[in-house]
Amino acid sequence: MVKHYGTTKALDGVDLDVKEGTVLGVLGPNGAGKTTLVRCLSTLVEPDSGSARVAGFDVRRQPRQLRRAIGLTGQYASVDEKLSGWENLYMIGRLLDLPRRAARKRADDMLERFSLTEAAKRPAAQYSGGMRRRLDLAASMIGNPQVLYLDEPTTGLDPRTRNEVWEEVRRMVGDGATVLLTTQYMEEAEQLANELTVIDRGQVIAGGQVADLKAKVGGRTLQIRPADPEQLHRMVGAVAQAGLEGVAGARADEAEGLVSVPIVSDEQLTALVGLLSQRGFTISSIDTHLPSLDEVFLAITGRKTSDAEQDQDETKLEEVAA
Amino acid sequence: MSAATMTAPDKAPDQQRGQVAGTSDDVRIGLRGNLRHIGALARRNVMQIKQDPGSMIDAMLMPIIFTLLFVYVFGGAVGGSLGGNRDVYTNYVIPGLLAMGGLNIAMSVGTGINDDFSKGVMDRFRTMPIARSSVLVAKLIVEGGRMLVSSTILLLVAFIIGFDLKTGPLELLAAAGLALAFGTSLTWIFMLLGLSMKTPQAVQGIGFLILMPLQFGSSVFAPTGTMPGWLQAFTDYNPLSNLADAVRALLNGEGAVADPVLATLAWSVGITVVIAPLAVRKFRTKV
Repeated sequence: MVKHYGTTKALDGVDLDVKEGTVLGVLGPNGAGKTTLVRCLSTLVEPDSGSARVAGFDVRRQPRQLRRAIGLTGQYASVDEKLSGWENLYMIGRLLDLPRRAARKRADDMLERFSLTEAAKRPAAQYSGGMRRRLDLAASMIGNPQVLYLDEPTTGLDPRTRNEVWEEVRRMVGDGATVLLTTQYMEEAEQLANELTVIDRGQVIAGGQVADLKAKVGGRTLQIRPADPEQLHRMVGAVAQAGLEGVAGARADEAEGLVSVPIVSDEQLTALVGLLSQRGFTISSIDTHLPSLDEVFLAITGRKTSDAEQDQDETKLEEVAA
Repeated sequence: MSAATMTAPDKAPDQQRGQVAGTSDDVRIGLRGNLRHIGALARRNVMQIKQDPGSMIDAMLMPIIFTLLFVYVFGGAVGGSLGGNRDVYTNYVIPGLLAMGGLNIAMSVGTGINDDFSKGVMDRFRTMPIARSSVLVAKLIVEGGRMLVSSTILLLVAFIIGFDLKTGPLELLAAAGLALAFGTSLTWIFMLLGLSMKTPQAVQGIGFLILMPLQFGSSVFAPTGTMPGWLQAFTDYNPLSNLADAVRALLNGEGAVADPVLATLAWSVGITVVIAPLAVRKFRTKV
């Protein structure tokens, strides 16, 4: 699928395949083409070339049939802020040709399911960010769509609300929906997606099972803080010499006083800690975190995200200007 | 050339899925479906007004302020030159103001639609199985209602300050209907503007540029007889003059009725036929 805006190649040949009843995560930095992809697949913009079939319908030739089969939750909540939550859902029900009574009941049911019953009569403008996102999801689910597009559903949400949204997405998939999820967060992709496609600058740069991709990237990063900062480099040396299976690339982060080690299993974590204690190191803190998008990119492509590059370019420009 | 696929089952995995929305291959929406959608969207527009009653203030206060200002500021002077007094001007200017009312509402649609349509909810509408024109038609219907409220208030004030209806209620209804028809066609123009411009401010700026010459370069406020020839050439073809003359003839029972009425209807139909498809197209392709 290809879509250009002027000279900007928003989509420059993206291939996707999502199996029914699964979640495909599309991971990429800002400006990678994620939103353009979703807009093409939801008939909001027409691609310049390429084709796509969603739920058996051709995106370009059968947009009307396709619209019956999809639900869309965008990065910006697509509900009417002046209307109450209930009015929003009732309106969507009517637009989907539900009879009045059925639309009323569906609105009530969806509000309850998304824990919005108490806020049913309030205008959506007064909702918190998380409530609005939930209302948005509810609106997308009114018609029981076969295919659901979630475009960065948790961007800008606090962790608690993010978990609520994840919970709902899992439930939808449990009910049989096929989901295309775009995200900037590796963690979100890992939580929700069965398969993952990484895109950048409108092109697919990696794809496959989440587990495979994780193995490629190194799964998690273990961060160990020695009690004595002087021991930082000795600790790195010790980890490197230990020759533990699969553990490679320990590095010292002097600014933070941390040793970072990419690991793929809990056994490696246990073995490492045991090793360090045997060698007489004292550890003051230990932490694991999932690789950030930047680290994923670095591992896959050997370069940083175009986002990060841009930041660097801007920094350079600023330096020149100064 | 590349492709994206989302495999669909030959049969729905469970009976319920897809049943609510309906997955029939029938693409056509049909008249009843369209009316239902327009109804649901019009309800949305009404709820918006209910939620923000301030948005009705212009429709309600404009006719009052305009009537009082024009009748009491210009009434004596212009009425005198018409060979009478303020009452003569009242009967002259009220039909003009009735003709003009739709114009002001139509312009507010342009700014409102620009704001409204930049919201995410429009993306939702455009991914739903509804005719995209129904979003605009619903807006048009509700704005038509606003025009009627505005006209009613104008006429109430007019009768209170001594407007003398020289014909009957049927002519009054015909005049209001004609003003509504023209106002509705103008609304399409401002919808197109609202969808084409980047900001509500830009719409307002362009709107005033169009409105001012149309309003004042017409027979709305004063007879065109004393205007210079080049201006008369403009006012003669100004549809607002046609409408004002038509309404005036209908309410005051003097002057030709058929010609200005037909001219107004021709303008209304012409504008709608040309502009409405453009506006719908703009809405459809707006990114």
